Amino acid sequence: MTVSETHRAIEAVWRIEAARLIAGLARLVQDVGQAEELAQDALLIALEKWPETGVPPNPGAWLMSTAKHRAIDQLRRKERLARKQQEIGRDLEQRQHPEIEVDTGPDFGDDLLRLVFTACHPVLSTEARVALALRVLCGLTTKEIARAFLVPEPTIAQRIVRAKKTLARKQIPFEAPSGDELAARLPAVLEVVYLIFNEGYTATSGADWLRTELCDDALRLGRILAGLVPGEPEVHGLVALLEIQASRTAARTGPNGEPVLLLEQDRTRWDQLLIRRGLAALQRAEEIDAPPGPYRLQAAIAACHARARTAAETDWARIARIYEQLSEVTPSPVVELNRAVAVSMAFGPEHGLNLVDQLVAEGSLRDYHLLPSVRGDLLVKLDRPAEARAEFERAAELTANTRERELLLERAESCG
Amino acid sequence: MRYMMIVKSTPETENGAMPSPEELKAMGDYNEELVKSGVLLAGEGLHPSSEGFRTEIATGGGRSVVDGPFTEAKELIAGFWLLQVRSREEALEWAKRCPEPVEVRRVFEAEDFEMSEEEAEREAKLREQVREAGGIA
Repeated sequence: MTVSETHRAIEAVWRIEAARLIAGLARLVQDVGQAEELAQDALLIALEKWPETGVPPNPGAWLMSTAKHRAIDQLRRKERLARKQQEIGRDLEQRQHPEIEVDTGPDFGDDLLRLVFTACHPVLSTEARVALALRVLCGLTTKEIARAFLVPEPTIAQRIVRAKKTLARKQIPFEAPSGDELAARLPAVLEVVYLIFNEGYTATSGADWLRTELCDDALRLGRILAGLVPGEPEVHGLVALLEIQASRTAARTGPNGEPVLLLEQDRTRWDQLLIRRGLAALQRAEEIDAPPGPYRLQAAIAACHARARTAAETDWARIARIYEQLSEVTPSPVVELNRAVAVSMAFGPEHGLNLVDQLVAEGSLRDYHLLPSVRGDLLVKLDRPAEARAEFERAAELTANTRERELLLERAESCG
Repeated sequence: MRYMMIVKSTPETENGAMPSPEELKAMGDYNEELVKSGVLLAGEGLHPSSEGFRTEIATGGGRSVVDGPFTEAKELIAGFWLLQVRSREEALEWAKRCPEPVEVRRVFEAEDFEMSEEEAEREAKLREQVREAGGIA
């Protein structure tokens, strides 16, 4: 194996092992930041040694025992400074050694769950949670995270350092909540997974492959989480939503990289395997007796589209009903706007226009280009071209996306 | 990217022999690992080829059917996993952890196919025809 082949092999091992490594170490040192640094140290040692010695047969265990020895050294040193030295060091070693050896044992799921909940703790800003989660749960490097989010590397590095400091300063224990508290803290975790997915999904330009890989990372995280807390319907709901959205990836861009709207997509290019997985996850969510949450409802809407063989077969009445539920659970003008579209498709444009006009009067979407864009659509259908034209022109003014602006101006033009 | 990890038949699998409890346990552990890591999309084991059949293109373009078993046991597939991983190296790492020897092949993705100009045009036209409701991407 050449050096670069070994490096790629180490990188692959790291991607698989990082989360469990850091989770196991965090249990030992009770500090996610320190655990992450210990794991990184072990990785550096591997990068030095393995090109010469070859990758060991059980690389995960190798990394774990290397990091663990450093952890124990550090703990000993700290204890010595505190003049309590050996007995505590010995005690620690005896207490922690046997547990840590078992890095794939039944404890591992608990450790990982603790890591998920600590890295996504609400005491951290959303941005910090996202960066830390990608780092400790997905094993991404600072550079990769920076590239994926199109921000300078030092910004991400700082974000991670600050996140780790915040966790330490606020003395956030390395633990997962249980019972009601778990349900209360779960949205903070799910939000991170959802944001990671969206960051990859909305990057339709495709110039940077890493951004689409973020979708895969989010899906992987979601699937892991579903295994860790199988009793939480919103986790399955989120996984369902992501699987179904990911199933459309190939159909979402045209031959020149331009975005293709859902109703215009070639459905034969939707990934049926991911759709099946999504529908199965939704079913799991719905089998759990609990009032539907936002992810489950969004997944149910996505499922309506996924089940329709053609755009014309879409069950809009059902989608409109689910949007109504969704606007009860998470009221928002954007949800209302989507509901207006569904209502217009199900019951006619005049009904949709009613809802849209309420939104216009309410004013919070004043600067959102899709509001005039949707209104323009409805006006075209109601045969009021002059008003429609004004709406498309206004929408074109509001959008920041060049391609979208061109499209809207074309539509304005076609209104005559 | 997706990789298919294939287990080949052996005379035992072709005879329909079930795996030993140890083998089942090792495979169960491995599968659990794949699921918990979020990389497993699908995976199945196949019945012996004696229960399968093949179609062949007959002269004139129709299909004739040939029933199993098929003889070239080493070339037959006994089961597969479909993995979603970040790199070839990661697929390799998972393959090395599998209790059985496997063959690993990369799955074609949509972007591996280049659309002809004709196809692209056909699609653009279709899109033109159905350009309707905005708002939902």
